[in-house]
Amino acid sequence: MIKVITGNEAAALGALLCRPNVVCAYPITPQTEIPERLSEASGKGLLKGKFVNVESEMSAIGYIIGAAEAGVRVFTATSSQGLAWMHEGLHFAAGGRLPIVLVNVNRPLALPWNLTCDHSDSLSQRDTGWIQFYCESCQEVLDTVIQAYKVAESISLPCMVCLDGVYLSYVSESVDIPDQEKVDQYLPPRQTILEMPCPEERDNRFRLFKKDPPGLADDYEQSDFMTNRYQLQKIESQCVGTVIEANKEFETLFGRGYPPIEEYRCEDAEVVLILSGSAVGTSRYVINMLRDEGYKVGLVKLKMFRPFPKDLLRRALLGKKKVAVIDRDISPGQCGIIYQEIKWALNTQAQPPWVPVYGFVSGLGGADITAKLIRRAILFTLMEDPPQEEVIWLGPVKAVGDDYDRSAIKIS
Amino acid sequence: MIEVRSKYPRTEYMEAPRSACSGCALPLAFRYFLKVMGEKVVFILPPGCSPVIVNVPRRILRHEGQLIRILLALFGSAATFAGGFKTGLIERGDTETEVVAWAGDGATLDIGLGPVSAAAERNEDIIFVCCDNEAYMNTGNQRSSATPLWATTTTNPPPIPKGQWKKDIMAIMAGHGIPYAATLTVAYPEDFMKKVETAKNMRGFRFLYILTPCPTGWRFHSEETVKVSRLSVETNVFPLFEVMNGIHFVINKEPVGTPLERYTAIQGRYAHLTSQQIGEIQEKVEQRWKWLKWLANYKK
Repeated sequence: MIKVITGNEAAALGALLCRPNVVCAYPITPQTEIPERLSEASGKGLLKGKFVNVESEMSAIGYIIGAAEAGVRVFTATSSQGLAWMHEGLHFAAGGRLPIVLVNVNRPLALPWNLTCDHSDSLSQRDTGWIQFYCESCQEVLDTVIQAYKVAESISLPCMVCLDGVYLSYVSESVDIPDQEKVDQYLPPRQTILEMPCPEERDNRFRLFKKDPPGLADDYEQSDFMTNRYQLQKIESQCVGTVIEANKEFETLFGRGYPPIEEYRCEDAEVVLILSGSAVGTSRYVINMLRDEGYKVGLVKLKMFRPFPKDLLRRALLGKKKVAVIDRDISPGQCGIIYQEIKWALNTQAQPPWVPVYGFVSGLGGADITAKLIRRAILFTLMEDPPQEEVIWLGPVKAVGDDYDRSAIKIS
Repeated sequence: MIEVRSKYPRTEYMEAPRSACSGCALPLAFRYFLKVMGEKVVFILPPGCSPVIVNVPRRILRHEGQLIRILLALFGSAATFAGGFKTGLIERGDTETEVVAWAGDGATLDIGLGPVSAAAERNEDIIFVCCDNEAYMNTGNQRSSATPLWATTTTNPPPIPKGQWKKDIMAIMAGHGIPYAATLTVAYPEDFMKKVETAKNMRGFRFLYILTPCPTGWRFHSEETVKVSRLSVETNVFPLFEVMNGIHFVINKEPVGTPLERYTAIQGRYAHLTSQQIGEIQEKVEQRWKWLKWLANYKK
């Protein structure tokens, strides 16, 4: 069934199709529609599980951690300040290996206050151990939520599905809503690792090795900490494979899929643009345009950010001359976060490619990443020598002492 | 020899604790609580003294060789974790297991007050136990909002003791209109266990507020824990009472007129007290006792 719905509604519908037992979310702009829709569904009896109104994001994550520990399927959604308020719970869930699915609607953190799109809220949670997906369209949001449960529950890791605030959360697109039976076929009920009443009796299915300590919340010994992190790292390194598998299965059932990274017109490209989120759609348009003009350019959509799909990226960028990264975020004092990761992935191996990477920062706090800006970034990368600066500002920036300058970069 | 008759089971669910300070009231509280509660229970423990006592060097809560399940929670989130865990259990078809959030005064009155209040407002079907040792004892006796007037802690060292009255968590909880709230001390085990039983037989958010004197932090001799507990009740510093639905107050122990000095004199944290300060505490204690009496006289 095809419906015209917003990204928020797509997230709520995706969650609903997965039959969560406990849903718990605290409203925050631009995510509010998600708890509203789910609460509505609960009232209509469409949501069989329990919808719980809590008093803060800290409690939203706390409540679903509790429920996930009890062995049921859980869902929550938040954004920006809310995600930061959940921070200690995020570490807790990953260390406890709880398969929680969280939808984050990307919005930057204050100050200055901003209610629109920016990836810095979820990217600054990159070290918590959560799997992170970024979505390009409303359809992808819905489908990724379903895939997220598949991945999270098969390797017992929490998973964050990110969609751009405003650009996706409030924008209506036509979305193909899958049949419940098909989703049920794809996603059977959660199998639990927890058997009451004592942890020794737990099913070993979800551990890496039979003898592994469970690494769950009731472990107290400090000596277990390194073991826990060792296992976390080990399972994260398997995660890309799991995502590819889950996506393959999804593709055969539903006829569409989203690999961890997607290469678009990269075959003979000299310059490859990498970015994630809703601006990928605009970038496809720009790439087509530039191709028509005869430029050898391509696009890599980075859907999965954690665990970082480094091997896939290295393979995709093999033999390319230059790489441009557009970050919708910045780590102040360093540079764009995705840029850091790409640069690391390309330069920490014995073999080439040592590709020069250009780090653009654009679209912060809801500033538009327009086709014009993307075009400018790609052409700059194509024509200019790698700049000294780690950050190339793309878009409206008012530098200290400068006049308002609409173009921070100039193309010769 | 006198035969002690008690309707409460002789079963022990606890091995001797190895990491509690000598004279700690918490193991006693655990022991009495579990005797009534039985083994169909899950403890949600936020950071504090309790998780250290029951987990280190190894788990000591067990029944017939089986461990009683403990879940460690985030500091401010014991009530939320417990609510979520209970909902999860119900979703799985287990309606019997009692979920108990077992927190200290810090995790209840301070960092966790919002979530405790919210869980009470949602009337989550859990038992919330607050073991009040009147300071952050796990980190070595720092001031909390439960630290009483003119007591010293490491963050309120002499000559500047805490100058504020202790937060009245019972009034706060009663204000939520929860089905059951009660104060307990380890000096009155029968009363203690009766209240745990009352809580066990009810549904909804039940709040048990246990005063757990701390020889290390309060600086009294470790054999005097029960004595200090009893004096806290006899001097009306910590009256024993129950609140049903937030409005029906029942006082369980009437005062015997013990002067306050007997309670304060044996505690090092009050060593600096002047007679004026004692008078000030005494006056407040009397006021609050009168107020409690007035509440208890309310009839439908």
